[in-house]
Amino acid sequence: MSSSAVEVSDKETVNLANVTPAAATAEESFARKAFRSFCGNKFALVSAIILLTIILSTILAGVISPYSPLEGHAKDRLLPIGSPGHILGTDEQGRDMLTRMLYGGRMTLLAGFVPVIVAACLGGGLGIIAGYFGGRIGTLIMRVLDIFYAFPAVILSIAISAALGQGLLNIMISIAIVFTPPVARVMETAVKRIRNQEFIEAAKSSGAGPFAIMRRHVLPNVFSDLFVFSTSQISLGIVIAAGLSFLGLGVAPPTPEWGVMLNSIKQLIFVDPMLTIVPGLGLFLTALTINICADGIRDALQVK
Amino acid sequence: MNEQASVLEVKNLSKDFITKNFFGKPKQKVSAVSDVSFSLYEKKTFGVVGESGCGKSTLARLIMRLIEADQGEIIYKDANLLSLPKAEYKSIRRDIQMVFQDPFSSLNPKMSLLDNVAFSMWVNGVSPLEGRRIAYKYLDAVGIPRSFADRFPQMLSGGQRQRVAIARALVLEPKILIADEAVSALDKSIQAQVLNLFRDIQEEFSLSVIFISHDLNVVQLMSDEVMVMYLGMVVEQGSAEQIYNNPAHPYTQALFKSAPSMDVKEKKLEKFQMLGELPSPLNPPSGCRFRTRCPHAVEACALSMPNKVEVDKGHYVACTLYADRTNNQEAAVM
Repeated sequence: MSSSAVEVSDKETVNLANVTPAAATAEESFARKAFRSFCGNKFALVSAIILLTIILSTILAGVISPYSPLEGHAKDRLLPIGSPGHILGTDEQGRDMLTRMLYGGRMTLLAGFVPVIVAACLGGGLGIIAGYFGGRIGTLIMRVLDIFYAFPAVILSIAISAALGQGLLNIMISIAIVFTPPVARVMETAVKRIRNQEFIEAAKSSGAGPFAIMRRHVLPNVFSDLFVFSTSQISLGIVIAAGLSFLGLGVAPPTPEWGVMLNSIKQLIFVDPMLTIVPGLGLFLTALTINICADGIRDALQVK
Repeated sequence: MNEQASVLEVKNLSKDFITKNFFGKPKQKVSAVSDVSFSLYEKKTFGVVGESGCGKSTLARLIMRLIEADQGEIIYKDANLLSLPKAEYKSIRRDIQMVFQDPFSSLNPKMSLLDNVAFSMWVNGVSPLEGRRIAYKYLDAVGIPRSFADRFPQMLSGGQRQRVAIARALVLEPKILIADEAVSALDKSIQAQVLNLFRDIQEEFSLSVIFISHDLNVVQLMSDEVMVMYLGMVVEQGSAEQIYNNPAHPYTQALFKSAPSMDVKEKKLEKFQMLGELPSPLNPPSGCRFRTRCPHAVEACALSMPNKVEVDKGHYVACTLYADRTNNQEAAVM
């Protein structure tokens, strides 16, 4: 710390002039640094903008839609894309596609995000507890979750949905159940890595109980692992939700949801292929932008 | 030495680590700490020295109850810490604090320096604001100014981080501080500064210190009494002068002969090679564990663990060489 390396000096206050250059931006929090790094990534930034536009427009569906999503005039059925008054055409019952996309997007996005958040909380909590305590508790938790792991995700979600019945809530529940074990596994591994670090031992020796340690020492250090993994599940959740609805297990027609819309339009693929592409394209674009954003966030979180 | 008040007494502490096979059946046993006893006196520094793997760090963790001992007692304030119920132990826990070896993993990288230190206060019922105020005070005492306290550990050097680690240990106002290789990871020049800091705070806060290191010079500098360990057992124990001027145990003598000296005027080191290698702790030699490398080993050494023998006032050696020379009294414990 002092400039002459060899002399034995008394305790001295740290000389700020000798501090590393990184300290110049020391006041900036980790979150802000990560944000700036994310914005520097052009792909991620564009994707984020597109995604936010999609999300915002579905939220504001009631305000910006020109029509009602449920009303349709038979005389207007199957108008092609670009028709006057119906920019994305109409479906087989004459309902405006744009409106149905906007309203339908709400369901799809909800079905993607909500189960992931639930799985992150539930799976994260279980994984952290299993990883921190280890031993019998850890083994018990992880082996029980392994039972769910034995089934392929889609099959399991179909089974659970079929058991629960139709409806948006039920598909959200089934996707949340399916997503929880992988999150728990990722968290358990991450916590095992941290658990033997000396700052955890130091926290224990100051008398902290396990939950205080998990909350303030373990969680912040595994949070980025959790975040990255969970964001990768969102697009999968959206696709599974749409798939479940496509199979008739989710939202029931006439409620718009991109998967349901794919189902009702699918037989028209020989009549007007462009129309059938619309909900699929919406799913594709949403899933793509989410994945690119998730990658960008993961890279941004690596910043030191 | 015995007239002074002993603030902590460790008696016959032992710990074995048992490796289990896949089905949970015990497979092999590592005897990490074996029958260790010593007394820590008030405001004094007790040095523990030995090679890597001799059990010094395990000993520290046993005293801190981060690892549970198999046998033995730790007497503090007339109570055996190892048999106290959790609730009572929690209130005593703050009296014994530790500074860890690795400055890079002993601070939480996601928390500011201030929070790293203040956390100890928060879990002991102090409000966040008050905890931070106290943390500032102790960071200042170790030489980290207030403007630095909101920074994160990654921005500091090793020596600076150890200062923060010391502040964190001090903030609970302990009576006993354990320094587990606290300067081993630092450059020599920084070591000197941090060691001086240790001495200053020991005096300022009236601490009793257990100083663990593999570096003989450091232990000599800092300690009043010294204990030498080998493969989990105590081989020699005494005041710093006795050990350094008159090492009795063959292992201690070998340690001194192979230690490099900073004195440029000293004649070239005689070429000294300690015989053999450190035996595996999974299968330590029977009897005296040092006998496989000891130039003076005799048959009696393999038969049983040698008892501690007092060769000088307060100076104990566990070696069969001295067992014959002693008079009737064999000092088993101090």
